[in-house]
Amino acid sequence: MSAETLARWQFGITTVYHFLFVPITIALSLLVAVMQTIWYRSGEEKMLRLTKFFGKLLLINFAMGVVTGIVQEFQFGMNWSEYSRFVGDIFGAPLAMEALIAFFLESVFLGIWIFGWDRLPKKLHLASIWLAAIGTMISAVFILAANSWMQHPTGAIYNDVTGRAETSGLGGILEVISNPVTLVTIPHVLATAYMTAGGLMLGIAGWHLVRNAKAAETSEKAAADQDAWRWATRFGAWVLIVSGLATFVTGDLQGKIMTDVQPMKMAAAEALWTTEQPASFSIFTIGSLDGSTEIFAIKVPYVLSFLATGNFNAKVLGINDLVAEAKNGNIAGATTALQTNDAVKASVKAANDLEGFPGWVPNLPVTYWSFRIMMGLGFLAFAIGAWVLFATRKGATPKGGKLWDAAMIASPLAPLFGISFGWIFTEMGRQPFIVFGVLPTMSANSPGVTAAEVGLTMVLYTVVYGVLAVVEVGLLLHFIKLGLPEVTEPQVLTDDDAPLSFAY
Amino acid sequence: MIALDAAVTANNFALQVLWFVLIAVLWIGYLVLEGFDYGVAMLVPFLAKDEKERRVMVNTIGPVWDGNEVWLLTAGGATFAAFPAWYATLFSGLYLPLFLVLVGLIVRGVAFEYRAKHPDTKWRTTFDWMACIGSFVVTLVFGVGFANFIIGLPVVAAPGSNHLMMLETPFYFLPLFNGFALLGGVTLVALFVFHGSTFLSLKTKGDLHDRIVAFNKTAGLVAIGLGAVFLLWQQFIHPTGLLGWALLVLAALGLAGAWWFVQAGREGIAFISSSAAVLFVAVGIFATMFPGLGFRASGKGFATDGAAAVAQGLQLTTASSTDATLILMSIVAVVFVPIVLAYTAWTYWVFRKRLGVENMPDEVALAS
Ligand code: HDD
Ligand code: HEM
Ligand code: HEM
Repeated sequence: MSAETLARWQFGITTVYHFLFVPITIALSLLVAVMQTIWYRSGEEKMLRLTKFFGKLLLINFAMGVVTGIVQEFQFGMNWSEYSRFVGDIFGAPLAMEALIAFFLESVFLGIWIFGWDRLPKKLHLASIWLAAIGTMISAVFILAANSWMQHPTGAIYNDVTGRAETSGLGGILEVISNPVTLVTIPHVLATAYMTAGGLMLGIAGWHLVRNAKAAETSEKAAADQDAWRWATRFGAWVLIVSGLATFVTGDLQGKIMTDVQPMKMAAAEALWTTEQPASFSIFTIGSLDGSTEIFAIKVPYVLSFLATGNFNAKVLGINDLVAEAKNGNIAGATTALQTNDAVKASVKAANDLEGFPGWVPNLPVTYWSFRIMMGLGFLAFAIGAWVLFATRKGATPKGGKLWDAAMIASPLAPLFGISFGWIFTEMGRQPFIVFGVLPTMSANSPGVTAAEVGLTMVLYTVVYGVLAVVEVGLLLHFIKLGLPEVTEPQVLTDDDAPLSFAY
Repeated sequence: MIALDAAVTANNFALQVLWFVLIAVLWIGYLVLEGFDYGVAMLVPFLAKDEKERRVMVNTIGPVWDGNEVWLLTAGGATFAAFPAWYATLFSGLYLPLFLVLVGLIVRGVAFEYRAKHPDTKWRTTFDWMACIGSFVVTLVFGVGFANFIIGLPVVAAPGSNHLMMLETPFYFLPLFNGFALLGGVTLVALFVFHGSTFLSLKTKGDLHDRIVAFNKTAGLVAIGLGAVFLLWQQFIHPTGLLGWALLVLAALGLAGAWWFVQAGREGIAFISSSAAVLFVAVGIFATMFPGLGFRASGKGFATDGAAAVAQGLQLTTASSTDATLILMSIVAVVFVPIVLAYTAWTYWVFRKRLGVENMPDEVALAS
């Protein structure tokens, strides 16, 4: 394999892995802040126990997010040096700001929150988890702005002298901020993060809820637990449902913007070879993915037209037409100043003749299926949320059973993997470009880094990440099984020799 | 594409220098702050007698190590944003060393968080060693790396490019480990161990504290000895004139002061002195990296496209972003750096108390 292919695999593996922890951190930190706020206001012991229980899971998860995030920060330069040099003027700024504005906030205040229970007055301590949660959200905003720029590079010009993309002044910066892709990506990604965290709360609490039911009838302690689990189950379910709806609405918007700026990605999502008007949405297609004819397909008429444009009768461009145009140097949807620069267009057209150029069409089986799996897993999670709300209405306790258990396990995992597939779709659908319509992926990797180096480090990352996954999942399961902790009201320590309430 | 024949773009030189200085500041923040927590982590398996003492040591840095690490991430991000060509050449050129750094950081990061999650001694000892080795590797590699920047890493233009620089040969790994660089690595380890034990003398009490003070006496002498050899050698490899000698003297005073004040029981001032020593050493190194950013034209390979900038290797003036980006970033820095400094200072104040074995709760990980 070439260094470039390996670098792509390495980026894919490490980023998808990083992004298993990120959504949970983003959303669970805020949900923990909400629970702690309720406790602060009401003084209910149940809420303090829930805060501490989910807080601990948050921390176990956070540690992994941090250590895998550092790899991300370094990878651009390590594996994609030509990319970094080419885009740094505009792409580097969000990353630097993310570190300065967001990472400091989240790591410092999470540190304060962890160790501060007996050091700070209640109100300040509560503020620290809110600040940490806000930090994770700011971090998402910056990184997504950076990623959206790769999809739709606004606010930049091409400079012949330096041979790179450059910010087009103040106006350019405003254009980067108001990039339509950024504006729809942020709510969609945040909504999916809340689906995951809501699903996690629901799954864990719902699991305990049915197991604890018997004991709760006789033991007072178990009854208190039951009360807390019920609250968390329903709270998680509501979060899942509401953010699920938000996900579908914003996903629909994403589809429309994507059709505008990357019609090829939409065509690839549907394996739509020929332009159709009106276009039907494929639920299942066999045979046509790499050839250009289909053997069997289930289709819903008009739906794709609507998904892509909001109009049931609109035309949706097919792959064959898009490729023909691309060969002439016209990448459909590439309309920004950078993408329409003559020198850029000439070099994009020339890519066609480069040795090893993968062609203009993204990997269809991957885009087609990842798009469907993303949506399917989301609908599944949403259905679980609705079912659980129904099953626990008016104080009812569900009976449990195999189906219930399966649903509890699926409830966090479905949105989590839905997110992974969504990203794989987004990033693979952008191929063969690393900056869409501007810089082909194959000319962006580090020329001085050999395939052996990338391969070696990829294997080692995978080993390290694999071991860490085992440790982290083990810890999570251990603490999930332990259930709600006993708590004592936190007190600010005045005696210098008193034991701390929390220590590593 | 038009060849780059002007060495200097139309950029504002003052802004470029400002960003070089700011990146140096971020590195200094990292070296001073995370320097002591690397030192502490390296000492945990050696200085503590029992589990409770180990926990005391880990907890002195518990609330702050993650924030300290963000200085490094910000330095990386700022290099990307302000000097994309520097970021590109540096990170791809030092591929394997940086990989070692990353693994070190991963290993120590999870170690702190996970050691407390299980009461088994073997589990904890494993994580303590992971934190120790991880911190050691990161420190060693950075020491070797910075020593190489003093020498200047040889770069050539990438094949077919007038703009991208890469190291003279692919797989540039073994040449990194020359004598001076190895000394740099060992010196940085010694420096951080001393800095860490100075920090510990300030943050602990009881029996453990007395042992740390005794250890500090030896650690200080080692750090002073190695530091002196390294800094003198540096003056000969890459002289920076009067400034270089002044910084050398100041660094020496910082180290000697820290050593003296710990023994005299004035640990607050001692910690300020050792921090100052790290700072002066770092300023001295960054002075050698101006304006070549720690690289030099290799003299090989680039003859084909005689562009002036290529012949100069990597330069502050040609590696930088545009004025617009630098101005935007400057505004962000002016607003947020003081805020970050303020809340960071506040954390250190919140957790200012000394810790001793009596402060360690019996049940670990009770609360979250
Ligand atoms: C729980 C996860 C999840 C669920 C249920 C959905 N999505 Fe999604 N989707 C993501 C998780 C996700 C994601 C991982 O968060 C992505 C990847 C990049 C991004 O912006 O969000 C994404 C991207 C993404 C894109 C690509 C944007 C681009 O590349 O520019 C489109 C068109 C959609 N989504 C559309 C939808 C639709 C129509 C959905 C259902 C009605 C939907 N998504 C549900
Ligand atoms: C700001 C955020 C992100 C940036 C800047 C980014 C950038 C990149 C880059 C530089 C590559 C390698 C070049 C390429 O193959 O196109 C890449 C590939 C990839 N990224 Fe992203 N990425 C981001 C977020 C994510 C996230 C969150 C995920 C998933 C969790 C993801 C998944 C992938 C995958 C799967 C690949 C491999 C695609 C391929 O083989 O071409 N990315 N991304
Ligand atoms: C591919 C590009 C990415 C880079 C360069 C990157 C970088 C980093 C770094 C350096 C950290 C550690 C911060 C610390 O020490 O506190 C981190 C953590 C984090 N990143 Fe990423 N990241 C990437 C993808 C993403 C994306 C796409 C998002 C959000 C949508 C994201 C959100 C976060 C969050 C919320 C954290 C907090 C810690 C945690 O996850 O537990 N990252 N990231």
